[in-house]
Amino acid sequence: MNTQEALYNYCLRLGDNALIHAHRICEWCSNAPFIEEDLALSNIALDLIGSAQCFLKYAAEIDGKGKTEDDLAYRRSERQYFNYLLVEQPNGDFANTMARLLLMSAFDVYLFETLATSKDEAIAAYAAKTLKEVKYHLAHASDWVIRLGDGTEESKYRMQKAINDLWLFSGELFEMDETDTILINEGIACNLHDIKPKWQNYISSVLEKATLNLPEAIHMVKGGKNGLHTEYLGHILSEMQYLQRAYPEAKW
Amino acid sequence: MAIDTQLDLWEVFIQNKSGNNYIHAGSVHASDKKMALQNARDTYTRRSEGTSIWVVPSKEIVASDPNDEAMFFDPANDKIYRHPTFYVMPEGAKQI
Repeated sequence: MNTQEALYNYCLRLGDNALIHAHRICEWCSNAPFIEEDLALSNIALDLIGSAQCFLKYAAEIDGKGKTEDDLAYRRSERQYFNYLLVEQPNGDFANTMARLLLMSAFDVYLFETLATSKDEAIAAYAAKTLKEVKYHLAHASDWVIRLGDGTEESKYRMQKAINDLWLFSGELFEMDETDTILINEGIACNLHDIKPKWQNYISSVLEKATLNLPEAIHMVKGGKNGLHTEYLGHILSEMQYLQRAYPEAKW
Repeated sequence: MAIDTQLDLWEVFIQNKSGNNYIHAGSVHASDKKMALQNARDTYTRRSEGTSIWVVPSKEIVASDPNDEAMFFDPANDKIYRHPTFYVMPEGAKQI
C-alpha cells in the first residue's frame, strides 16, 4: 500500500463514520421527545453530513478516477464501507442514542484536535472545521447522559443499560492497521493509542458525574473499519441508496 | 386537560452582532439553564442569526396588565415636549 492508497482509505473511513452516524441520527427527525431536541438532533446530523461530504469529496479527488462524493456515498456496498460498528447500531431508545453520541463524539473531539495539525493541508482544514461542531455534539451528549444518569430510577436504569450495551463497540475506535501506520509516519494521521487515555478519562468523568458505572472490561467486537459489518449496515444502505439504485443518474 | 410534559418555558433573546441590543426571538422549553441555552442555540441561531444569547425563565418576567394600559401609557400621548424632536440628528448616527 502506498501513501496515496492509505490516504484514500483514511478519508473513506472518516467520511463513512460521519455519514452512517448522520443517517442514524436523521431517523430521529420528527420522533424526538420534543421539538427543541428534534432540532438539536437534526442539526447534529447535518453537521455530520457536511463533514462526510468534505472527506468523501477529498477521497474521490485522491482516487482521481473522476468520481464524486455522491458516487462514493450511494454506489458502494456494505463491504466497501469502512465506518465503525458503533455508528451503525440502531437508535434504540433516547438513552441509547445519547450513549452512542457520547462515545463517538468524545472520540471525534480528540481525533480532530490531532488532525487539525495534520501535515495534509486539506485534512487539517476539514478537521479544524469539524472540531468546532463535534465539541458541541459532545457537550450535548454529555449533558443528557449526566441528566438521565443522575435522574429518576427509570432514566438511570436506561442510561446505564445503554452504556453497557454499546460498550463492546468502543474498543474498535482505537484499533490501528497499515493504513494508520503509513500515514502516522508521514505526520498525516492521528495515533489512536495516544488519544485513548484522554477518551477514557473523559468518559469516566462523565459517567461519574452521571452516577453511572464504567462497564467492566469485556471482549470488544471489531470489523467495521475493514468492511466487516453487523447486520444493520445493509438495511441503512438499502434505504439511503434506494433512489440512486432505482433511478441511476436521477437529477432534481 | 392534558398534562404539560414540555418542561419549563424560557424566553430567548438574541444579539445579532456585538454591541447591538438583544432582541426577543421566541421561547423554548428546557429543564435547566444549560439546556435552555443549547435549545435556544439550536432553535434560533441555525442560520447565523446571532453571536450571543440570553435566556430568561418565562415565569420570572413581570408584565404590565393590559387593563392598566390607559393609566400606564396614555399620559405620554399629549406631551410632545418629552420627545427630543427639536434637536438636529448628527449625520451618520444610525443607532440613536
